Amino acid sequence: MKKQLMKGNEAIVKSAILAGCRAFYGYPITPASEIAEAAAEFMPKTGGVYVQAESEVAAINMLYGGASAGVRVMTASSGPGISLMQEGISYMAGAELPCVIADITRAGPGLGNIGAEQGDYHQVVKGGGHGNYRTIVLAPHSVQEMADLTALAFELADCYRNPVVLMADGFIGQMMEPVEFPQSATPTHLPEWAVAGTAASRGNLINSLSLDFDELEKHIQKLEAKYKLAEQRETRAEEWMTGDAEIVLVGYGIVGRILKAVTAEARAAGLKVGVLRPITLYPFPKVQFQRLAFNARLFVVVEMSNGQMLEDVKLALNGSRPVEFLNRMGGNVPSHEEVLRFVQELARREGLEQKTPDRKTAEEERMANV
Amino acid sequence: MSNQSVAEYEVARSKAKSLYPRYERKEELQHQTHFCPGCGHGIVHKMVAQAIDELGVQDRTIMVGPVGCSVFTYYYFDTGNVQSAHGRAPAVATAIRRSRPESIVISYQGDGDLSAIGSAEILHAANRGENITVIFVNNAIYSMTGGQAAPTTLLGQKSTTTPNGRNAATEGYPLHVSELLSTLQAPAYIERVGLGDNKQIAQASRAIKRALDNQVRGLGFSLIEVLSPCPTIWKMTPVDSQHWVRDVMEKTFPLGVFCDRTKERLAAPAAQSVPAPALDELPGILGVAEEDLPEGNAAAMAKEQEIDLEVRIAGFGGQGVLLLGEMLAEAGLDAGLEVSWLPSYGPEMRSGTSNCHVRLSRQTIDSPLVTAPTVLVAMNEPSLRKFDRSVRSGGWIIYDGDEFPADCAREDVHVLALPFTRIADAMGDKRAANMVMLGAVLERSGVLPQASIDAALRRLIKNPRWVELDERALARGRELFKEALAEA
Repeated sequence: MKKQLMKGNEAIVKSAILAGCRAFYGYPITPASEIAEAAAEFMPKTGGVYVQAESEVAAINMLYGGASAGVRVMTASSGPGISLMQEGISYMAGAELPCVIADITRAGPGLGNIGAEQGDYHQVVKGGGHGNYRTIVLAPHSVQEMADLTALAFELADCYRNPVVLMADGFIGQMMEPVEFPQSATPTHLPEWAVAGTAASRGNLINSLSLDFDELEKHIQKLEAKYKLAEQRETRAEEWMTGDAEIVLVGYGIVGRILKAVTAEARAAGLKVGVLRPITLYPFPKVQFQRLAFNARLFVVVEMSNGQMLEDVKLALNGSRPVEFLNRMGGNVPSHEEVLRFVQELARREGLEQKTPDRKTAEEERMANV
Repeated sequence: MSNQSVAEYEVARSKAKSLYPRYERKEELQHQTHFCPGCGHGIVHKMVAQAIDELGVQDRTIMVGPVGCSVFTYYYFDTGNVQSAHGRAPAVATAIRRSRPESIVISYQGDGDLSAIGSAEILHAANRGENITVIFVNNAIYSMTGGQAAPTTLLGQKSTTTPNGRNAATEGYPLHVSELLSTLQAPAYIERVGLGDNKQIAQASRAIKRALDNQVRGLGFSLIEVLSPCPTIWKMTPVDSQHWVRDVMEKTFPLGVFCDRTKERLAAPAAQSVPAPALDELPGILGVAEEDLPEGNAAAMAKEQEIDLEVRIAGFGGQGVLLLGEMLAEAGLDAGLEVSWLPSYGPEMRSGTSNCHVRLSRQTIDSPLVTAPTVLVAMNEPSLRKFDRSVRSGGWIIYDGDEFPADCAREDVHVLALPFTRIADAMGDKRAANMVMLGAVLERSGVLPQASIDAALRRLIKNPRWVELDERALARGRELFKEALAEA
């Protein structure tokens, strides 16, 4: 299969259209704007709708309308815009409307800056809107995954009739890598629950209002049952050299990539290190953590946030193994050198065997090919 | 009256077909509405339903009811129904109508909903000229929540949040939505009507039907503002509240047509909608069809050579830093390698510094971040000073400058420092300096076949004049590197 070089943000739109998405509503924000720009170019050419909304509040409500009419819809934004969309996300979860929201995260709180950060974990994974709901959250770590997980996001959104968030940091959105796409497009279909302005759909109602307490409780329980099902069926994580890992590094998005680089160097230094990279942040891949805990001495969570995923890792391990934490924030990225030093220090403290790395040899090998 | 005599009556006006015969969604009291006695909503509901009936669009109609006393439109209208968030109905309606152009979409909103929390959504739906019909029921108060002041509350009018009456000095003036929206160029029809007496009610009915008919004909955005009584919150009898609409409200909110572009819209030819392409055409339209992608020149690569090139390129915005990196990545991909290109991004690029990370490897690339480059391309001194310490021992710095700053010199790093910008300028354009430097990088690494570099150049540079100049610049860069090596 031939590949082409493409930005992550552009790959999202092309994959979305191939996955049957026919409407994009958004509002410009760095570092997500390329998604809206690509949608503005390609939606009209492919029989879809593109509207630049007056705000993220309007954009998410346009998703609500489009999804009500049975169309696969999406938007894209970053932290501050996602904050504004939370009202609409709660309504969509309540009314059981599918949609895909790409959050190309930046640094916060407030206006923060446009550097890559992972401080949106809480508002996206735990739900920043009101009420008892969840959103399924997928975290790509490459341009290929931007394409693949976008397509998956539409399938999951329809399957569970629930918003799905694609949470990628600014790096994954902005960088270019080779990517390949499916060569056939998913046909659009009209769900039987949609309100489409037809005789067949006339009796349908999209609604999140339920005045009767018992009725609303039953509705919430129904939503909960869906989430439980998703927890059983949809968790995804990548394991990288975890077979014999004594130290398991945990990170998602760009951090997952850095941890793979760290693993290569740590292994060269004789440390049994592996990476567990959650791909679904909700549902969280608890079982994988519990399985790796059998062999692992400790887990190291590396995040570009103040420890928002750390809580989920601790819950998953439930005290069975120590969990260490390394983070950078404000737009900074942990370098693989700094993670490696951290891991080596921990290994010394834990008395894990490591040989003195033959830096010179590794260096010579590398430079011979420059 | 006996049953027999009732049966002899001929029904002149029956309940509109577009209203449910019984309100089952209400569960109890299915013969009555949730509206208070004397409320205007019931009358407006009936008018809307009759208009739907008369235009024969019941199956096509979708009611969007947001929050407030309009919240239960789905109890009553036997049409498609979408319940929406407070104030957001015009945004919801926009998307429904855009994706289902055959549908007839009605946004049914109160004055708190439309003129306060939903002021942005209504303004922009009107300004985009969405082909929807908005029924705006204005009773000058928040009724559902118990009588708080709205933007439409009259001066001096008491509410639970203006206990001494609305004071212009602190609460501003009543918002004139119809007048405001009429200043826009896109709306087709805007009229304010009232429910103050039978004559007004008859006009309201005509206006609502007209607004719906406009949508059926595809004429664009129509809004009917209806001044409507709220006896419960106003604490008046139904009769008094109806008089208050006519005698008091109307003085602040004059009735009439504020905007009517229906004639000119009817005369204008309707925009032809472009048919959606067939599914199998989509990969081609998106530029991702495999048959359209280049074959590449992987075959020209020496198979045995290991490749792990980690390059950091930095300079001022406008020097072509990102393009230099993209060329390298494109050429690497063309040569069948794994590649990654990661830019610095955002406003800092404009008039500021710019840099990017590029990796080329035979193996899957773990991290696209290049924190310790094997090659640093520094297009100015600040960039050199920012990254010179990070270069790997044994690596190269290619620097654009007459002289390499002495304090940046390292014994373990090779340096090629030349005035690349001046060299490019002498060749025809100083903006080709990035390609001269790329030529030097390519000559140093020596792994990429020339065919891949040519292919990348043609993919990224469309202007033939620049292709020619860049080809010469790349060749010059190679020469310069060879000369420097010979001298050393």
